[in-house]
Amino acid sequence: MQPGLYHILFISTVLFFIGVFGFFTRRNLVTMLMSIELILNSVNLNFITFNKYVWPNKLDGLFFTIFVIAIAAAEAAVAIAIIINLYRTHQSIDVENAEEMKF
Amino acid sequence: MIETLTLMKPELIITFIIFLLLFIKIGKGVKSETMLLLIQVLLLLNFITGFIFNSEGNLFDGMYQTTAMMALQKNILSLGIYLISLLFASWFKKSEHMLEFFILMLSALLGMFFLISSGNLLMFFLALELATIPVAAMANFDLDKKVSSEAAMKMILSSAFSSGILLFGISLIYGATGTISFTELPLYLDGSPLQILAFLFLFTAFAFKLSIVPFHLWTADVYEGSPIAVTSFLSVISKGAVTFIFISTLYKVFQPINEVWYNMIMILSIASMVIGNLFALRQQNIKRFIAFSSIAQVGFILVGISSNSAQGISSVVYFILIYIFSNLAAFGVASAISSQTGKENINDYKGLYQTNPFLSLVLVLALFSLAGIPPTAGFFGKLFLLTAGASKGSYLFITIAALNMIISLYYYLRIVRAVFMEKNEQPIEKIEIDLSAKFALTICAAGIVLIGLLSWTYDYIQSLS
Repeated sequence: MQPGLYHILFISTVLFFIGVFGFFTRRNLVTMLMSIELILNSVNLNFITFNKYVWPNKLDGLFFTIFVIAIAAAEAAVAIAIIINLYRTHQSIDVENAEEMKF
Repeated sequence: MIETLTLMKPELIITFIIFLLLFIKIGKGVKSETMLLLIQVLLLLNFITGFIFNSEGNLFDGMYQTTAMMALQKNILSLGIYLISLLFASWFKKSEHMLEFFILMLSALLGMFFLISSGNLLMFFLALELATIPVAAMANFDLDKKVSSEAAMKMILSSAFSSGILLFGISLIYGATGTISFTELPLYLDGSPLQILAFLFLFTAFAFKLSIVPFHLWTADVYEGSPIAVTSFLSVISKGAVTFIFISTLYKVFQPINEVWYNMIMILSIASMVIGNLFALRQQNIKRFIAFSSIAQVGFILVGISSNSAQGISSVVYFILIYIFSNLAAFGVASAISSQTGKENINDYKGLYQTNPFLSLVLVLALFSLAGIPPTAGFFGKLFLLTAGASKGSYLFITIAALNMIISLYYYLRIVRAVFMEKNEQPIEKIEIDLSAKFALTICAAGIVLIGLLSWTYDYIQSLS
């Protein structure tokens, strides 16, 4: 059986919500960053699928995917720099330990 | 070629300044006082050139568009940046990484300019990222402070998460309509469930960036932990830029489904005003206090946006202009006090008038303007916002907004009372503010008073919208 539009959309939606779930439940900053990458990859999958199955004569989706990958790399670079600095000041990358400010 | 140069003038000037600063950074070290003076002059020139050689048109197949209104919005942001470079001069001079700070801040400003001018969801996304990622790095600028790195962590994670949600919404919009251009999208929007879902994702991302309740949780922590220059940048410039693009996407792109977003904006506006106000009541730290009060202010901006008319645009732009002056004045005073004495608690402000009459007067003017007391400009800003919102005809909504203004009076006047009326055994000693900060505070105070009284400012904004 050929995989169709709905199969791939199902996978990308599941990937999106795994990412959201991971972002809310994980307490390690690097794992939270990985969850965000999952969300971004589900978006890429969405764009590619729509481009292939729904709008085969357009290119916007493909271009968008390339830019999303580049932006994700930039975002991860800044986020990891911030996490490294957080490790220097807190000696931990657990969000539970970064709690100077509340309410 | 010439057309590209004239249409993209604001972006090109900012890019030029960024490269200039980068080259200076590579070269031999310049004294930070002269460097800061050079940057201030460049930013002033950038603000002035915003008024000349403005033209309207599209570039790159409609990906980049500019109108007189957009040029005005960019000018307002340039003015804000110029005031920030003046207000926090003493902090910049002390920091050994001043050039990097300005490079990051101008990159974010460049992103905001492209954001305002974007005519395509791809351009919009790229500009939004360019406008938020450098700000997260800026929030981390007090490298050895625990709160600063915590603020930066919260900022980058929440902004990355919200951009993930935004992208998911964009991908669904692309799937449902087959286009990402702002001019073509309204033709294909018919309110089908998939499109509404996609719009919901997009709206959520906007709500994150604007810190609308219930997506406001990062705001107070980031505002409190960041250096005060970054806090003022975030609360004034970032918020202004995102408001401008928010209003133009809602009015132009999502006009076919305006019944859907009218109700969403009404509910979120009430939630923002009520929760922002109630949390601001119990804050003791002045930065945190301004953070929650700014959440309530966003609620008022949403009242103006809900009108869905030309008056909505003009009243929101006018309000942002006033908001820049009043908020920057409040932050300028708070920064002058905290950089010399380290005090950020509202109780420390007791008896400030006895020792620092100038600072207290500017602070009180700013707080009156934020609260909306005549004759300051804030009164007229809020009046126009509520009038624009009332034109839609939901009087219950406007009544709730007006009642919230009364609640907000309590906490703004609490500071005024502390400054003027309460006795303090050891008030904050006389504070030396340097000339540029004094100049900027005077500009802010003059702006707060004059913009409300000179009616041509509002007429000019209205003629453009």
